[in-house]
Amino acid sequence: MDAATWGLIVATFVACFVEMVEATTIVMAMGYTRSWKSALVGTFAALGALAVVTLAAGYALANWLPESALQLAIGGLLLIFGLQWLRKAILRSSGRKAVHDEDAIYREEVEAAKAAGESKGGLDLFAFMVSFKGVFLEGMEVVFIVLTFGLNADNIPGASLGAAAAVVIVLGIAIALRRPLSMINENLLKYGVGLLLASFGTYWAVEGIGIFRDGRESLDWPGHDLMILVLIAAWLLLSRIFVAVLRKPAVPAPVLAGDIPVEVKK
Amino acid sequence: MRFLKAFGQFWYDFIIGDDWKIAVAVVLSLVVLFAAMTAGVFGDTGLTLLGGALIVVAFSISLAIDVRPKKR
Repeated sequence: MDAATWGLIVATFVACFVEMVEATTIVMAMGYTRSWKSALVGTFAALGALAVVTLAAGYALANWLPESALQLAIGGLLLIFGLQWLRKAILRSSGRKAVHDEDAIYREEVEAAKAAGESKGGLDLFAFMVSFKGVFLEGMEVVFIVLTFGLNADNIPGASLGAAAAVVIVLGIAIALRRPLSMINENLLKYGVGLLLASFGTYWAVEGIGIFRDGRESLDWPGHDLMILVLIAAWLLLSRIFVAVLRKPAVPAPVLAGDIPVEVKK
Repeated sequence: MRFLKAFGQFWYDFIIGDDWKIAVAVVLSLVVLFAAMTAGVFGDTGLTLLGGALIVVAFSISLAIDVRPKKR
């Protein structure tokens, strides 16, 4: 296996790992407080829906769009996702946004589950719907990342392998621990994924603008694929500069245990 | 109608997310790059480097708007 394939697998693995941790927290909250059967039915229904979306979108993208249009469309969307993640990572690292906390999310889901009241009948609709929605929404981003990376690298199996490995590992850890996966440094992982998505997104979206010129040929970056490494370095440097400039000074006054940094306007 | 609204909301949340400025920054950068390409002043190398720089600048501006001090 060459370096590009390994890079593809690692990128999709990390992106999928982060999303899986979030989905698992939601499903565990529903399982422990409402009904494991309904939570798991919701999870598998969402996975089925995701498989259909993947096949349909993958077929349509691969067969109907010219290469440069594909690069522009999915590169542009990937860039938007990546910059959203990078923005949050910068704001969290500089203390301007509350750090993502799986324990807090778990507690919120448990409280919502308790407040929803008893369900009647065989299937607990609340647990089913919350699990379905959680897995489907988190999974859609993974599907998108796998399709984008896979199609651009012309290696859907490699991208799928990375995502599948993340699913297996997160599920394995969740089953072994039987509690929310809050020990995982999700914020750091999200920072890394944000850098990767922003860099690949910049590369492909700019290439794809070539769809609008005669011959519909993609623009050609100097150094070709090597430029992705330069873009990763550039986004990393820019984000570190932002973190340093935006870092809030430590407050000397005592802080209560439940306090969190004030969230900036969304 | 409710279904359409929910469908639209889902895609808005999925693509635009919680900060519309990022999407606007990306689209504006690509529009300016398209204009530069149409004007024909740069070759591929110039255009790609310009595109990368535009995206970096647009993202920086959107983040600066986010963290600007609020007026009292």
